[in-house]
Amino acid sequence: MSYIRPVFRHPELAKNAIGYSRKDYEGAISTLCAGCGHDSISGAIVQACYEMSIEPHKIAKVSGIGCSSKTPTYFLGNSHGFNSVHGRMPSVTTGAYMANRDLKYIGISGDGDTASIGMGQFVHAIRRNLNMMYIVMNNGCYGLTKGQESATADKGSLTKSGSETKYPGIDLVGLALELNATFVARSFSGDKTQLIPLIKAAMSHPGFALLDVLSPCVTFNNNKGSTKSYTYIRDYIEATGTVDFVPKEEEITVEYEEGKSTSVQLHDGSTIKLSKLNPNWNPTDKLSAFNRVQEAKMKGEVLTGLIYIDPESQDLHDVMGTVQTPLNTLREDQLNPGMEALERINQSFR
Amino acid sequence: MINWESNVFPGILGRTCDRPCEPACRRGRVEEKPVAICRLKRVAADNKGEVKSLMPRAPKEKNGKKIALIGGGPASLTVARDLAPLGYELHLFDEWHKGGGMMRTQIPAFRLPEEVLDEEVNYVLDMGVITHFNHYVSSMKEVLDQDYDAIFVGTGAPRGRDLKITGREEAAKNIHIGIEFLANVAFEHRDKIGRKVIILGGGNTAMDCCRTSRRLGGDDVKVVVRSPFKDMKASPWEIEDAMAEDIPILNNMPPKEFVVEDGKLKGVIFGKVRAEYDENGRRKLIPTGEPDEFIEADDVIIAIGQDNAFPWIERDLGIEFGKWDIPVLNETTFQSTNPKVFFGGDAAFGPENIITAAAHGHQAAISIHHFCQGLDLMDRPAPGANLVRQKMGIHEWMYDNDIAADLRYKVPHEDKVITLTNRKIEVELGFSVSTAFKEAQRCLNCDVQTVFTDSLCIECDACVDICPTSCITFTMNGEEEDLRQRLNAPASNLTQDLYVSDTLPTKRVMIKDEDVCLHCGLCAERCPTAAWDMQKYLYNVTKASKIL
Repeated sequence: MSYIRPVFRHPELAKNAIGYSRKDYEGAISTLCAGCGHDSISGAIVQACYEMSIEPHKIAKVSGIGCSSKTPTYFLGNSHGFNSVHGRMPSVTTGAYMANRDLKYIGISGDGDTASIGMGQFVHAIRRNLNMMYIVMNNGCYGLTKGQESATADKGSLTKSGSETKYPGIDLVGLALELNATFVARSFSGDKTQLIPLIKAAMSHPGFALLDVLSPCVTFNNNKGSTKSYTYIRDYIEATGTVDFVPKEEEITVEYEEGKSTSVQLHDGSTIKLSKLNPNWNPTDKLSAFNRVQEAKMKGEVLTGLIYIDPESQDLHDVMGTVQTPLNTLREDQLNPGMEALERINQSFR
Repeated sequence: MINWESNVFPGILGRTCDRPCEPACRRGRVEEKPVAICRLKRVAADNKGEVKSLMPRAPKEKNGKKIALIGGGPASLTVARDLAPLGYELHLFDEWHKGGGMMRTQIPAFRLPEEVLDEEVNYVLDMGVITHFNHYVSSMKEVLDQDYDAIFVGTGAPRGRDLKITGREEAAKNIHIGIEFLANVAFEHRDKIGRKVIILGGGNTAMDCCRTSRRLGGDDVKVVVRSPFKDMKASPWEIEDAMAEDIPILNNMPPKEFVVEDGKLKGVIFGKVRAEYDENGRRKLIPTGEPDEFIEADDVIIAIGQDNAFPWIERDLGIEFGKWDIPVLNETTFQSTNPKVFFGGDAAFGPENIITAAAHGHQAAISIHHFCQGLDLMDRPAPGANLVRQKMGIHEWMYDNDIAADLRYKVPHEDKVITLTNRKIEVELGFSVSTAFKEAQRCLNCDVQTVFTDSLCIECDACVDICPTSCITFTMNGEEEDLRQRLNAPASNLTQDLYVSDTLPTKRVMIKDEDVCLHCGLCAERCPTAAWDMQKYLYNVTKASKIL
């Protein structure tokens, strides 16, 4: 039996800028099915956090229910975590974020947890521009209950038992754009070269960052006729462009072709460099993003990459004008201005 | 029996081997120390129970060919073991009254008990070998003149080097040559030595000499080497064991003169040097200018190396000799320029070790067999190889894939107070069975291969994500030098080839760096399509006869 991962790691593995090795970002060994796309996403999160040199205790991971929502156990074992109720991950994250704005929040959800039971929570988290990375591990089926089609399954897609999906799938990317999400991207668990920089960018974005990651269910939805299988996605995958995330400390060294590249400066000083594959699309122009998404849908393409980013994003704390200090560290003497101040306030209403 | 089949002398080698395998052990790449392979073989040998009845037997009906084996050491015994089951009439000659050669004369009983040696030597001799003990072969011509179909020379490197400096002649009574001293002790011709003893030399023979001296009355025993401590040839564990018996090792002191007064040895004068190395790593010992040092001694043992010596082989028999009086041999067949005569062990290419002698023996036996049957000597049978799947269930394997994190276990030693009183008390007690099991769990299962079938791979990355030592990478193919830079973990061990698959559907290839692979099987467990499989590889050195 080997639900045990040996303790040895490659002896020559480098440490990041704050002295941690990749091992310090790992979690417990996965108990998901062998070959599950979710494990690749976990691996990408580990790699991204390691490369970004974020202290593990400065991250909180929150999830709902489902195969996807089990994954926080399998990455960032030294970070905070909360496995919440089905579809209620955004509420728990909202509470945590309100109390402590100093942590980075990773929300993990699945297509069932987001597009069905949690839809109400999802749209309000977007509306409030909660500062979090919201990853949907999207496999188009309910893997934990033996693979029934989910709300993101495409119309006409075949389940493993051969039945056809009769309703159109909910496109979370299109929905997020409509709801004025400030960072919208889609990726594929089998393409880490794209996924890792997108995770870094999403975690650096001040506001709600949706990452809809297609993540094939090898056990129940990797069959012929499914539009969420490894083969189908690889056959129809299209990218808006290649993404490169450059932290503020680093110089931009890669040369980009004139006219085809765009860079988006983030609030923390880091930069997202994009090499565009379509001249009519501009990641900061919402209309072009809408068009690009619709165009891909009509062509039957699986569009991935960064789709839209609002560099002027203002997150919930900014909107509410709360103090910079995390609320959970405010002492009583800071919170209670005293009788005199209360009297002044009361006077102002008289 | 597996131990015996592959090793010939598992109980002996499990105690005395030079362990060329341990530096190669990959455990040493992920942590400090390799698996204690040598001492585990000893445990297996010590706990084997009755095996005599399982031993191959020589057929009653002989095949009519007669072979002379000169020297009763490990090389000759190996040839005998491999040829006896084929019906050869084997005549083994040795100058001593028992077989074993240097294993008996040069390895002290506190490292290798006589019972262990006798048992394993006798397994071979009992296969119908005709022994001619107490018989020093003094002429190769005489042997050739008899009706032997082939002759194997396994006489070792029997001449201990001497040190011709001032006083050597005058003090001859108290100056001994290392291997002669050890032989005399082994055969009980000597049971005493002076109180103060100096051993000159830093090899394993020197270590055996100093530890033997401690047991024969030497209570002030010193080892003096002319070079730096770190350049000593002795195995680190033997140096450690000697120092544990209160034997200081003085370095950078070449001997200059034996001091003799009234015809009696008083001590040795040593110079002082330091070592300098040129760009090629060649060492030069440069006098430091410090005054010479005199060290008192009642006896001195010279253990500064051994040479081959073939005074008994006449030089007109068609057996050519090359540099350093080493015979000219075919390196594959061990045949000399006289087609009837074969060499092996230390006698072949100069001093090596027991396991090398056994390896030579296996090859020489094949050559002798082919030679006697009129077959081409170079047409050698291929070694046996086999690959077997290890999968039993989703998380179950036929081998122990859970790699223990334990550090190397120490072999317990008998109390020094007891061992120093009697040279026949074995110092190492050997692992207990339970400790041996734990030590064996440190093994990284090099025999279990990770086999990749590219046509089954769906490139889900599961193996890459799970691999604890980041051995697996999917990337675009390229030149090896470039690839080694682009892997998930640096592949800096150039002696370890990369495992590169054919091109996969995404135009990438799978590359695995075997260097620090733990063979934990997690890649195969996480693979949804069984593109990864764990398969046990078995390699069998070709031997003249099938032993098992």
